[in-house]
Amino acid sequence: MSKKSTSIDMTAMCDVAFLLLTFFILTATAKVPEPLPVDTPSSTVQTKLPETGLVTITIGKSEGKEQVFFGMKDRAIRSGALDYMAQKYKLTFTDTEKAQFALVDEFGVPIQSLKQLLAMKGTDRAKAGVQPGIPCDSIGDNNQLQDWIQAVRTANINEGATKELQFAIKGDAKEEYPQIKRVMDILQDQKINSFNLVTGLRGKDY
Amino acid sequence: MAELNTGDGGGKKGGGKVRSKKSNAKVDLTAMVDLAFLLITFFMLTTSLSKPQSMDLGLPDKDEKDKPEKDIKVDQRRTMTIIMGENNKVKWFHGLLEAPEPNGKPTDAQYGRNGLRKEILKRVISVPQVTGNKDKGLIVIIKPSKKSNYRNLVDVLDEMAICKVPTYAIVNEITGEEMKLVDEMNK
Repeated sequence: MSKKSTSIDMTAMCDVAFLLLTFFILTATAKVPEPLPVDTPSSTVQTKLPETGLVTITIGKSEGKEQVFFGMKDRAIRSGALDYMAQKYKLTFTDTEKAQFALVDEFGVPIQSLKQLLAMKGTDRAKAGVQPGIPCDSIGDNNQLQDWIQAVRTANINEGATKELQFAIKGDAKEEYPQIKRVMDILQDQKINSFNLVTGLRGKDY
Repeated sequence: MAELNTGDGGGKKGGGKVRSKKSNAKVDLTAMVDLAFLLITFFMLTTSLSKPQSMDLGLPDKDEKDKPEKDIKVDQRRTMTIIMGENNKVKWFHGLLEAPEPNGKPTDAQYGRNGLRKEILKRVISVPQVTGNKDKGLIVIIKPSKKSNYRNLVDVLDEMAICKVPTYAIVNEITGEEMKLVDEMNK
């Protein structure tokens, strides 16, 4: 019996592997860790969310409490928005803190404890229970969500953007309607009457 | 799986010529393939390929002073009201609640293709025939009750898009009579 060599020619396999690798590197966008994971409802619409000029308001439930998180897609307007908020709430942020804030995609803390959040490491911020959500009670004058919306719009104009910011509501599917309505009302109070609802994709035969 | 070097080693046999040592041209690619697949796995897991979809929603201006003086009266033959309740329950009626249109009494329904969509599609076709004007199509009034959830709202809005309902509105005021329906549904 002739003894065959056990080695296989790996060249083709290597080619395929690297081709796939190149494809994934080129097409992929890095997944952003979400501090408040939500399960979005699904729909059959095909329109995609815009890449730029987008502000996301995430509404979800964490540890049994309703939370609202705020996220800005464009890095350029983040520091401008922080300046506006700092002025409004009479706080000062150092340059390092501002630089740190420009890297934060989404956050959910009252402005008073933003300093502590920025001092944390990135991995600690995403832990559950660290961020309590942005206060957005319509009663009383602690409606910080409203101020953030104002801040981000002001920053957008100051940046010289020609396009209006788009607002997206990313709500958890199990969230009760009044919670969503409250955020919609805050947006509408500032004459933002058109916004996007973030949804997942539903199967074809729905 | 290393390559065995079999090119030489025989030594001289029979006083043949001295050949130059031929090095093996094959390189062992196993480790390289391992590495490549490891990287592929890494990139597949850490990246999000599908971008989330988004549904556009335009709401009317809330400002008081922009409101028209009087509420506009619409033909009740054109209106279909969908009331959403607790636990994915939904009720609909066609026309006025006191005097519903034929086959339009308040009815329980389900979300999806066999429930709500059938009823909406039927009326999308029938309403312009009844009114006799192509531009006067169906108007759907969506009334989410306090206990309804966000998924239901998106489901109904999705139905509007699927059925191509010409006019629809989200109305937050639920009248006393309609509240009774909600209570009945939530029971």
